[in-house]
Amino acid sequence: MVPLSWYLILSAILFCLGVSAFLLKRNIITIFMSIELMLNAVNLSFVAFANHLRNLDGQIFVFFVMVVAAAEAAVGLAIIIAVFRTRETLNVDRVNLLKL
Amino acid sequence: MHQVLFIIFGLICVGGAVNLLVQRHPINSALSLVVVMGALSLIYLLLGAEFVAAVQIIVYAGAVMVLFVFVIMLLNAGAEERTRGSHVALWVGGPGVAILAGMIVYLMFRNDQHFNPVRIGNFVQQPDNTHSVANSLFTKFLLPFEITSVLILIAIMGAVVLARRES
Repeated sequence: MVPLSWYLILSAILFCLGVSAFLLKRNIITIFMSIELMLNAVNLSFVAFANHLRNLDGQIFVFFVMVVAAAEAAVGLAIIIAVFRTRETLNVDRVNLLKL
Repeated sequence: MHQVLFIIFGLICVGGAVNLLVQRHPINSALSLVVVMGALSLIYLLLGAEFVAAVQIIVYAGAVMVLFVFVIMLLNAGAEERTRGSHVALWVGGPGVAILAGMIVYLMFRNDQHFNPVRIGNFVQQPDNTHSVANSLFTKFLLPFEITSVLILIAIMGAVVLARRES
């Protein structure tokens, strides 16, 4: 047996690594991947609490989070392609103007 | 047994996430994120969520990460360059993230006695996990489920419109 807090602490560690990758990375695709990492960390705590409360609703919510993450990935990567087409760069420090 | 499995997969998860952070090339970050997602799906199995574990592999490691790798190869993304903004983010974001992690871990340990311990097989649904999830999804959560299908449709149209070359 494992205490529930171990799962929650693993989730917190993954979330904090995602936050730090979001802040430290300069490549727009890597920043987008760190958002996926944060969503995964939150999913882990949803599943852990579903186990703790003996209730399936947490797993259903993880399903909806995955659907939204997939939609977000499709739209976000399309935006990245559009940005790359106009700016010719993936570095977020060079994408600092709304209008060219 | 459960502790050993949890520690192995948890260490793989944290190692993959740290590797995502330290790698300079986006394709290496993407592959380490695939490792994190695979280890996470095994942790979901330990928690008795077979359906979520399968969907994690199929949707995340399969579909979403293939999309990422495809875009990285399409845009021919190279190693990222260091600029002035990254130093600012390091000195402001590093301590902020450390404080956040410390606060979360402190709260978890303080509330530890209210949580049930997790044992393998103590959350077994009748008749089985996928059946129970489907039952709940198509009765209690039918409206949100239908709304997500509309959301997916809008996301498809948005992706096509955004990625189309303007003529």
